[in-house]
Amino acid sequence: MPSSPAHYPTGRPKARQGYRARVPPSVPPEGPAPPPRPAHLDAASGVPLHPVARQALLAALDDGWADPARLYGSARRARLLLDGAREAVAGVLGVRPDEVAFPTSGTQAAHLAVLGGLAGRRRAGDRFVHSAVEHSCVLHAAERHVAAGGTAEAVGVDRLGRVDADAFARAVRTPGTAVASLMTANHEVGTVQPVAAVAAACADAGVPLHVDAAQSVGRVAVPGGWSLLSASAHKWGGPAGVGVLVVRAGTRWVSPLPADERERGRVPGVENVPAVVAAAAALLAREAEREAEAARLRRLVDLVRERVAATVPDVEVVGDPTGRLPHMVTFSCLYVDGEALLGELDRLGFAVSSGSSCTSSTVTPSHVLEAMGVLTHGNVRVSMHRDTTEEDVLRFLDALPRLVADLRASAGVAGL
Amino acid sequence: MSVTLDCRGRRCPLPVIELARRIGEVPVGGVVVVLADDPAARADLPAWCRMRGQEWLGESTADDGTPAYSVRRTA
Repeated sequence: MPSSPAHYPTGRPKARQGYRARVPPSVPPEGPAPPPRPAHLDAASGVPLHPVARQALLAALDDGWADPARLYGSARRARLLLDGAREAVAGVLGVRPDEVAFPTSGTQAAHLAVLGGLAGRRRAGDRFVHSAVEHSCVLHAAERHVAAGGTAEAVGVDRLGRVDADAFARAVRTPGTAVASLMTANHEVGTVQPVAAVAAACADAGVPLHVDAAQSVGRVAVPGGWSLLSASAHKWGGPAGVGVLVVRAGTRWVSPLPADERERGRVPGVENVPAVVAAAAALLAREAEREAEAARLRRLVDLVRERVAATVPDVEVVGDPTGRLPHMVTFSCLYVDGEALLGELDRLGFAVSSGSSCTSSTVTPSHVLEAMGVLTHGNVRVSMHRDTTEEDVLRFLDALPRLVADLRASAGVAGL
Repeated sequence: MSVTLDCRGRRCPLPVIELARRIGEVPVGGVVVVLADDPAARADLPAWCRMRGQEWLGESTADDGTPAYSVRRTA
């Protein structure tokens, strides 16, 4: 019978509490050291449930299961929980609770914001203006709008991925513009967009602005001045399946979906009260730790930006070096197959994402990298969250140069 | 003096690798034309030119409709 502590981890700290401070388990006398814990460095896709959200979810599964639209006791309890969650989210976003609705994802929130905004402004025109680097959910809504006979204009970005605020303002002033859409910050490269300037131009032109704030809410302060906002709970530590749609009072909005009385007519179907409660709890917890976490992750991202550029030859670190999200860094390695690089990183326990076409479900390269005019292959996005440690990042930085060199050597492109 | 590289059917990053391998076949001032149907080439070839200090001449279309990208060797 083996009796080493590695086989009987009874004396080790509880996983959650000891997650950060844990000392590495001692190496047993025989056998290899256990592999280091996997490092989730793809926070921009989604983060683990915040511990506070887990508690809230479990409690709300018992207390918030009933249909909040009904009039008996269990339904009223569900309604109270839902109302409380709505007030909490509204408070963080600086809006009124009755302006907030909970769709089933950030994607659905963006679809509803764009298509509902366009439907509400049909008499003003059929032009939709957006940046060239919007998330595909906004671009797909634009495609739907164009297929239905509308028009759309994509405003270009510079090499750093930032939209030209003056060009965006000119596009918005073009007669017939019904709605404009600009993300608060880009999901692939982290570049922050000039939302305040664009919001002012939209207000001047009388055009409602939709902001896709999926990468910003719970991370950085969201600028004001917009009419419609969409966000996603599982990016801030809530459960997947909860989006946020905000329609500011006075904004013309008509649902693009069949009528339903739920969520003030904005999202059809009964609300997932426990998940919404958990999402709101996570957001409040994130807000409390937001600035300290942003400062901590900004330092780690700076470290990645410097070390990758210094230790990996022929690498392009992309995105704005200063006007960017605190938790995300993206780079492209010349001549490297992105899929092979992600596979090797996964084998070593690093979960990252890529905008390279060979790693995604489509054959086309990332429209974001393409619009910026930077390399689209060999692309790696590293995005961090509250569980990301300095040790994770240092381990990644130690492993990367060798991996890239080996991949280049096996492809016969070293020194090209 | 120009050289045409047939990268039809080759996926990224192979067209840009082929360009890097063979640009030395033309003298400085010469032109390399890359035929590539992988959509990533449209972004990657000009980005490579910028990183390597070569001159990006632009895109045209070959007889069979394949995009043809032209690069002038400057160094």
